[in-house]
Amino acid sequence: MITGTSANILIVGVGGQGVLLASEVISEVAMNGGLDVKKSEIHGMSQRGGVVSSHVKIGPKVYSPTIGEGQVDILMAFEQAEGLRAASWMRKDGVAIVSRTSLIPAIVTGSKVHHYPEDAIGDLAKKITHVIAVPADQIAAELGNPRLVNTILIGVLSNHLSFPEDIWIETLKSKVRRQFVEINIEAFHRGQAVSTERVKA
Amino acid sequence: MAEPGIRELLSGNEAVARGAYEAGVKLAASYPGTPSTEILETLAERFPSIYSQWSPNEKVAFEVAIGASIGGARALVTMKHVGLNVAADPYMTFAYTGVGGGLVVVSCDDPEMHSSQNEQDNRFYARMAQVPFLAPSDSQEAKDMLITAYEMSEIFDTPVMLHMTTRISHSKAVVELGERVSGPDKRFIKDQKKYVMIPAHARLRHVVVEDRLEKLRHFTEETPYNRVENNGSDIGIITGGVSYQYCKEVAPDFDYFKIGMGYPLPFGKIEQFIKAHKRVMVVEELEPFYEDMIRAYGMKVEGKKFTGTLGELSPYRVALAFKEAGLIDKVEAPEISSEEFFPRPPVLCPGCPHRGAFMALKKLGVAVAGDIGCYTLGVTEPLNAMDTCICMGASIGNAIGMEKVQGSKTGTVAVIGDSTFIHSGITGLLDAVYNKSNVTVMILDNRATAMTGGQQHPGTGKTLMGEDAARVDLFKLCQALGVESVRELDAYDYDAAVAMIKEEMARPGPSVIITTRPCVLMPVRIMDEPYVVDMELCNGCSACFRISCPAIAASHETNKHGHPKAVIDDTMCTGCTLCAQICPTEAIILKSHFVKTEVTR
Ligand SMILES: Cc1ncc(C[n+]2csc(CCOP(=O)(O)OP(=O)(O)O)c2C)c(N)n1
Repeated sequence: MITGTSANILIVGVGGQGVLLASEVISEVAMNGGLDVKKSEIHGMSQRGGVVSSHVKIGPKVYSPTIGEGQVDILMAFEQAEGLRAASWMRKDGVAIVSRTSLIPAIVTGSKVHHYPEDAIGDLAKKITHVIAVPADQIAAELGNPRLVNTILIGVLSNHLSFPEDIWIETLKSKVRRQFVEINIEAFHRGQAVSTERVKA
Repeated sequence: MAEPGIRELLSGNEAVARGAYEAGVKLAASYPGTPSTEILETLAERFPSIYSQWSPNEKVAFEVAIGASIGGARALVTMKHVGLNVAADPYMTFAYTGVGGGLVVVSCDDPEMHSSQNEQDNRFYARMAQVPFLAPSDSQEAKDMLITAYEMSEIFDTPVMLHMTTRISHSKAVVELGERVSGPDKRFIKDQKKYVMIPAHARLRHVVVEDRLEKLRHFTEETPYNRVENNGSDIGIITGGVSYQYCKEVAPDFDYFKIGMGYPLPFGKIEQFIKAHKRVMVVEELEPFYEDMIRAYGMKVEGKKFTGTLGELSPYRVALAFKEAGLIDKVEAPEISSEEFFPRPPVLCPGCPHRGAFMALKKLGVAVAGDIGCYTLGVTEPLNAMDTCICMGASIGNAIGMEKVQGSKTGTVAVIGDSTFIHSGITGLLDAVYNKSNVTVMILDNRATAMTGGQQHPGTGKTLMGEDAARVDLFKLCQALGVESVRELDAYDYDAAVAMIKEEMARPGPSVIITTRPCVLMPVRIMDEPYVVDMELCNGCSACFRISCPAIAASHETNKHGHPKAVIDDTMCTGCTLCAQICPTEAIILKSHFVKTEVTR
């Protein structure tokens, strides 16, 4: 739990995974929770399968829209290798919430130069003290919709920020289409229920 | 959008759109370009009472906005930094005529080149045209300054630039909304000495421009956007734009001179600030624009020596600069070092019709003069089939020049997208006809400005505001320009593509090949029946890996040399068939066929 009123949150993934929507929800929760917030992202080529990252900064007064290297309190990764790639942005004692998803890009396929890490989450746990691995794809499949990965991860994240649950729920409601509200709330709760146990290094 | 007084989380671009609404803007024109695109998209979506349009290019957009201004209305024109190169001609002379209704040009620069071909610093354009600019440091200022810019434009009879950067355009922050004002109630007033820039009139206007600059020099000393923040420090920082935020985060206790109006600079106020401090450092991204001007005025400041001129700044980079300058004692270095990692560059989508064109060009091994759009990804490994990319529309002229000096034996092909061709390729093609070039021009017509998110253009049949529009017939257009051989190509047909490019290259005189498959993402997502790999037939030759399709991956099965066999993600495959066409063992087959053969086996 981030106990103070400030948090630097970095959300990473691959184009099309829903990184930007997640950062939108988190930012609005912070604003609705009465804090200042800024978020920044680069999304020029995001639809073409490149890396997408979004910085969300929360606090009583936020200046820079981007987080300094090494200053991330909470990392939320939609893809495990992207989680590992972002490690250097984190404080050692930060929390990394990582989906077990792995997406291997074409450039690595059949390449002798580039390698996709064997155990990205394990590698990350050697660097960061608190890594939480989330079987987000599996939970989403159980709920019958792969797009829910997003909300599941937000549910996990909510355990580490001190905003009351109803702000999360109300904000989610305002961001998803009516017919998906129920299932998103369920996905959020499934995320909240994910064990916060650390991955052992 | 919501009501006055409400606080909303808006990106800089959305805030500019809101500002245009509050300022009573009547017309907005633009050509898409990251990071500026969402300004007009937001206007069209949320403020349809304002007339907004995509123009074929930035020059036309600027001219349309000038027309609206001369017609008496407040007008907005937005573009990415390099867009102003295209629009520089009307911009420079409009600086002479001045406005009717207020006109603001929003220039969105891209330090770090997140989505651009250069990182030019457009603050110089303000100085070059002697046009004032305001530089917001967050979304709230983007909205407020836009409104002020309209007032300034009308008071001083000048276009005004709002200078944004990617971090301002694409960062969201809390913004308090305001009321809409109606804008001035003006109409067109015939005034030839003001608007007809023949030399005799322009000489008089140049005098007006100089007078105006003098008035602006007083104004910039008064405006609250140029302000001092005193914290009792003997270190003073002069900064503006997003750099201000980085500095405040790193060193909230220094004294600040926050520049909100960056041209002309308030030298009087700055001089006082410099005199009142022991050390003064200028922090700005890219060029030493402020620093050099302050130096030229005769004052001593430091800056670029520590911050550098490359890429974006960040809180961390600013901290390192402060440390190096001796302004702070230590910088908290990241605790975790970064490592070498596989790259994840953007790639052509599964099913992208551009892929077929580049597979054929790669096979033929010709020199390819390229252009800017999604298809620029044809340069990336393993396609590796593009040899130049300078600016929008450059491919055809580049190909003509290459061919003129090298002779046509080597063969030069120009590759250009439909939106880019309309933007600035037509005149290049006319040059090819006029000067008897032997180039082969491929227009990759996917009926979208795909790179920037699928905006409409004169070839799509729709306008920005969603109305039906005439659709330019590229085939007839090329014929009308005098190209004798214009042919259409289905870029999903690999053999046909190779054959057609070969034939057209052999033909004397310029020729045009127009590919006809639409973008797979826009306006509707195309998903035909997917293909799968039959592992028994796949021999692991990796031919399909070399077409760079994100849907094709290495499987865990290997051939006798230990090379991986292929596997297709059938949720990504759009059924374009290109991989199946080049598979030497016919191992890539329609999913439904595969299931059938599995059953019969
Ligand atoms: C002068 C200028 N304006 C705008 C841009 C931004 N931009 C880059 S490519 C492009 C258009 C691409 O559309 P098209 O040529 O149809 O190719 P596609 O992406 O659809 O393949 C735009 C608007 C730019 N780089 N330069």
